[in-house]
Amino acid sequence: MLSDKDRIFTNLYGQQDFRLAAARARGDWDGTKEILARGRDAIIEEMKKSGLRGRGGAGFPTGLKWSFMPKQSDGRPSYLVVNADEGEPGTCKDRDMMRHDPHKLIEGCLIAGFAINAVAGYIYIRGEFYREAENLQIAIDEAYAAGLLGKNACGSGYDYDLFVHRGAGAYICGEETALIESLEGKKGQPRLKPPFPAGAGLYGCPTTVNNVESIAVAPTILRRGASWFAGLGRPNNVGTKVFCISGHVNKPCNVEEEMGIPLKELIEKHAGGVRGGWDNLLAVVPGGSSVPILPKSICDTVLMDFDSLKEVKSGLGTAAVIVMDKSTDVVKAIARFSKFYMHESCGQCTPCREGTGWLWRVMERMVKGNATSGEIDMLEEVSREIEGHTICALGDAAAWPVQGLIRHFRPVMEARIAAYRSGLQRSAAE
Amino acid sequence: MSVYPEHRPAGQGEPFVFTAEMKAKADAHIAKYPAGRQQSAVMPLLDLAQRQNGGWLSKEALAHVADILGMPVMRVYEVASFYTMYNLQPVGKNLVQVCTTTPCWLRGSGDVVAACEKHLGIAVGETTADGKFTLREVECLGACVNAPVVQVADDYYEDVAVSHVPGLLDALGRGETPKAGSLIGRQTSAPEGGALTLKDIPAKQGA
Repeated sequence: MLSDKDRIFTNLYGQQDFRLAAARARGDWDGTKEILARGRDAIIEEMKKSGLRGRGGAGFPTGLKWSFMPKQSDGRPSYLVVNADEGEPGTCKDRDMMRHDPHKLIEGCLIAGFAINAVAGYIYIRGEFYREAENLQIAIDEAYAAGLLGKNACGSGYDYDLFVHRGAGAYICGEETALIESLEGKKGQPRLKPPFPAGAGLYGCPTTVNNVESIAVAPTILRRGASWFAGLGRPNNVGTKVFCISGHVNKPCNVEEEMGIPLKELIEKHAGGVRGGWDNLLAVVPGGSSVPILPKSICDTVLMDFDSLKEVKSGLGTAAVIVMDKSTDVVKAIARFSKFYMHESCGQCTPCREGTGWLWRVMERMVKGNATSGEIDMLEEVSREIEGHTICALGDAAAWPVQGLIRHFRPVMEARIAAYRSGLQRSAAE
Repeated sequence: MSVYPEHRPAGQGEPFVFTAEMKAKADAHIAKYPAGRQQSAVMPLLDLAQRQNGGWLSKEALAHVADILGMPVMRVYEVASFYTMYNLQPVGKNLVQVCTTTPCWLRGSGDVVAACEKHLGIAVGETTADGKFTLREVECLGACVNAPVVQVADDYYEDVAVSHVPGLLDALGRGETPKAGSLIGRQTSAPEGGALTLKDIPAKQGA
């Protein structure tokens, strides 16, 4: 188990005050000027060496992403945008960081902004997180008053502004180009890539979009050194990660743990175990609603990191562990995800707009068993037609849970269809 | 894409203009964005307008925001109709939003919805006759380890059980604002019974 001294988010549960004085006592804003004095290239190099992979779901190396930004401005300003539109079902980690440890994020924004030569940063926080946005704004105001942000931030000679932008209820704005559209005051509909945001993002200017957690861990990595962070976890899957454990566990919670912790250990040590014991486990969705579900047999041994979960055809995603015990109607659980994606599709691409609704309608019939076995194959086939045929990954995200269900729980679906049919025959005979 | 059954603003011809206080807040939002990019402030301005207008956006409110930002009204309407938090029809004084996405559903959000319907005597999507409550099912609110979650105004009520519903709704009905957060006394997202980690927080990391 990760020891407290290696935990980055030392106020994850809000046991202490979130404001500047308490944050400083916890080590935030310690030597920030000296970190900036190392220079842009050195900061980016250290981040690359740390092996940090983006914590928003895709796992793209953060240092590498920063290095894509232009070294010299062509006249256009550069921007940092922080993706705090946390809405992937199962995920509630950024919320804790913003309401309880906002100074980690703010200090990270300054350092990341400096490293990519940004003139300003925007934190795009989901609209429902009103209280979290309040805390964040209080912390930003404190940082300005203390000279940590604004002109000559931290006495570094670098001028940097940081703003909070509240969303208004749209999961799709967690997709980076939809987020940029939304920040520009439009409907949050994803843009075609390329150009990528590093070339033309916010207002057509070079932009880096990072998840809250990726930015918030950066100051600690730079203070303690890349080798400390890289020494935790397994190669290519290093560092610590905040996991969200929800569903049928005795004590749902958020917890920061070492990457690569066995799923079983994570659930048993931190979340009080599966309701009714480990043997009562049916399945786990290991990384937020978008990643395919895993049956107990895989959960017994799988490790919680990018590569281990990829090997079993799922993914770490946002590390949101959704646990289902044997009382769960697993078909209905996945059908509810299908409804979510139907609701959240932005409507721009036909395969997603029409496909997500179709998936949900067929899944609702599967819940009752009012289908044929051949329709399971059709469901699989149509999900493949959605996947990879849309501008953004929402179509993929809608397809994967359904594919995971068919891969691991086809017998359950078949049995339900058989039961429904025999019920029909019985009532016809009566 | 959010398409509520009622997706056209019901303008009643009531004039809408920001109060001086709201106008000052609107100006502060506009100042966050570079010159000429004031359209970026459309979301915060719609939020302010909705708060001033009793929880919903009339045609007049949309037009006022468009006017301030120099946007065509249609562009403002596109934004207002795209995002679920903008209400284009009047809502009850208390907008009760129960999350029913899978993590909340696994913890019994279906029963919470049923309890709300029973206590208020309305179905999901409806408003009580006295205008005090509108009940909605919403998608993931992002507080899944404290499921089931119910949002009312700007606050989250967490770890909600069926037994909490009557007391919570009655208090809201009396115009009170019950204490937000976990209704079973948990320390935010820590496991029930108290945190198992972060018991020995070092004064300074790496020290």
